[in-house]
Amino acid sequence: MSGKTETPRVAVMRSYLGRARGLGAAGTGVEHWWAQRVGTVALLPLTAWFVFTVLHLAPMDRAAALNFLHAPWNATLLVAFILVTFHHMQLGLQVVIEDYLQAGTRTMAMLVMRGTIGLVGLACLLAALRLAI
Amino acid sequence: MRDVRDALLVGRNSEGRLVRRPMSPFMIPKDYRPQLTSVLSISNRISGVALCAGVLLAAWWLLALTVGDAEFAEVRRFTVSPVGLILLFGWTLALVYHTLGGLRHLMWDTGHGFDLPSVHRTGWAAVGLSLGLTATLWVGAIWWLG
Repeated sequence: MSGKTETPRVAVMRSYLGRARGLGAAGTGVEHWWAQRVGTVALLPLTAWFVFTVLHLAPMDRAAALNFLHAPWNATLLVAFILVTFHHMQLGLQVVIEDYLQAGTRTMAMLVMRGTIGLVGLACLLAALRLAI
Repeated sequence: MRDVRDALLVGRNSEGRLVRRPMSPFMIPKDYRPQLTSVLSISNRISGVALCAGVLLAAWWLLALTVGDAEFAEVRRFTVSPVGLILLFGWTLALVYHTLGGLRHLMWDTGHGFDLPSVHRTGWAAVGLSLGLTATLWVGAIWWLG
């Protein structure tokens, strides 16, 4: 911290107990934690499928690739991969923002992050649905 | 003092003077020597953030696939360009490492492997397997794609 020599002044006219009260656990963390674990487990097979798909499609022309992703199971797995991946990204980046950004910039960063991930995620989802139908 | 959290970091010493409570310094730069645990921990986070950028390439590829032959060919040109190949290699490494890091976290979540010998064992295993699996994937891909 920069102010090692500066004498701190407290401008808050409240007792220590009054300040500490209500500052315990937020009480909403379990949902986030659990969603992240479930997403992680789901991503293990989905990522393996995605890596296989990328390698499988690499030598194909566009028509063959379209045909591959049109197949019911491949379309299903692609949609699942997109949903879980973007959800996982959003949960992870949320923690990064909470850890490193101060209260002033945090909300804006969170909105920009969620907005960007939401839009790119929707674009991918629509593309996958167009391929499927 | 900016907010309540800041105010809570101020206390009184035994002489009654207000003092800033000491804070634990951040784990990596100047205050601590880099350790396997801290370096692998921040690597998991960095690889995760890098993969968020990597998803943009995957998104571009998927959208181009739905749009047309010319757009799809453009993505193909980029992915086989030197810059594209370096990015793809980096993202492969990040994906493999982040996956192995995720597996370690899932193991810790079940309450296993918290002792230091286990943490070091699985840590070095994650480093070795990341390099090994990434190399295998790329050698396999080069062999498969000619």
